[in-house]
Amino acid sequence: VFWQLDLAVLSLVVVTAIGALSVKDLLGCAILLGAYSFLMCLLWAIMGAVDVAFTEASVGAGVSTVFFISAVFRTTRRSKD
Amino acid sequence: LKAFGFFIVGLTGAFLIWATFDFPDWADPNAPASLHVSPYYIEKALEETGTSNIVTAVLADYRGYDTMFETTVIFAAGLVCFLLLRRVFFQAANERLYRHLPTGITIRIKGEHPPLPQGEFEPIDLHWIPHDIIIRTVCRLLVPFVQLFALYVIAHGHSSPGGGFQGGVILGASFILLAMGFNLRALVKRIREKAQSVLSTSGVFIYAATGWVCLLLGLSFLDYSALASLLGLDRIMSRSYGIFIVEVGVGIAVMGTMIWIYSNLSSMGNQDEGL
Repeated sequence: VFWQLDLAVLSLVVVTAIGALSVKDLLGCAILLGAYSFLMCLLWAIMGAVDVAFTEASVGAGVSTVFFISAVFRTTRRSKD
Repeated sequence: LKAFGFFIVGLTGAFLIWATFDFPDWADPNAPASLHVSPYYIEKALEETGTSNIVTAVLADYRGYDTMFETTVIFAAGLVCFLLLRRVFFQAANERLYRHLPTGITIRIKGEHPPLPQGEFEPIDLHWIPHDIIIRTVCRLLVPFVQLFALYVIAHGHSSPGGGFQGGVILGASFILLAMGFNLRALVKRIREKAQSVLSTSGVFIYAATGWVCLLLGLSFLDYSALASLLGLDRIMSRSYGIFIVEVGVGIAVMGTMIWIYSNLSSMGNQDEGL
């Protein structure tokens, strides 16, 4: 595996994590968190943990994003802090 | 206070990063984690359990006890969502929208009302999102393939990445996709609330019952080689089939719980109007 790819994915993970924390719109937060999960899934796959990557892709990027979005739909879209 | 909080977080982060320097190198063959039991699993998993995916063998056989309680944790999450949203904070809807099908007129009814004539009125969500023909068609086309793939993932977990958790999540996600493409009533009509809870309970029950059957047949809890006499197979193949039974249980539990959580969460417990 190229280290450049590793570095690119890792820095994108950090960027999406900080973005998900700082964005005021909670719907955007949920989507950024989904992107974060997907990048983590790529990272697991690069490290050879295919089973973990699969779980991350289905649970983290798939279903939990849906749960977050439905929670936002039922509460509020603006974050207070 | 904000600066103080930032300082604490920064300090903890610095300590954590400092602690990672003590970690063994990545893929170091002399790391403690790869010296203890890992060589045994790598060498013996196929021989002892007839399962070529070592991860599945460890997950469902060697560490089967762990996985049983992981399934229980997921079931508990679904149960808590149900209890909080359906029992504690439940509020019945006090107004509803109906569309009169022949004329296309939408009416709003507040409070209790006598049942409307069948087949003439169609319930609409209050936060009504107009149906999109593209989304509906794509969802309808996609759902069967997603479900087929999920079943493949569950059944093929022995020899490729996958297994009960992933397959169950994908299977649950296919039903959630149905609810998002149409509406929540389309999902609840197919899998009723009682069925959702029964599915997520019975998955955990299948897992635990397999363990108890092994116990009753004279070996320890979740030692699937005890199933050999019951299935008419040798001890290795019965361990392989035991893993499969348990994975199916996990898949059913996870699927049921995902649908259960989604339908309660997106409708605030009334399982009627949702996302």
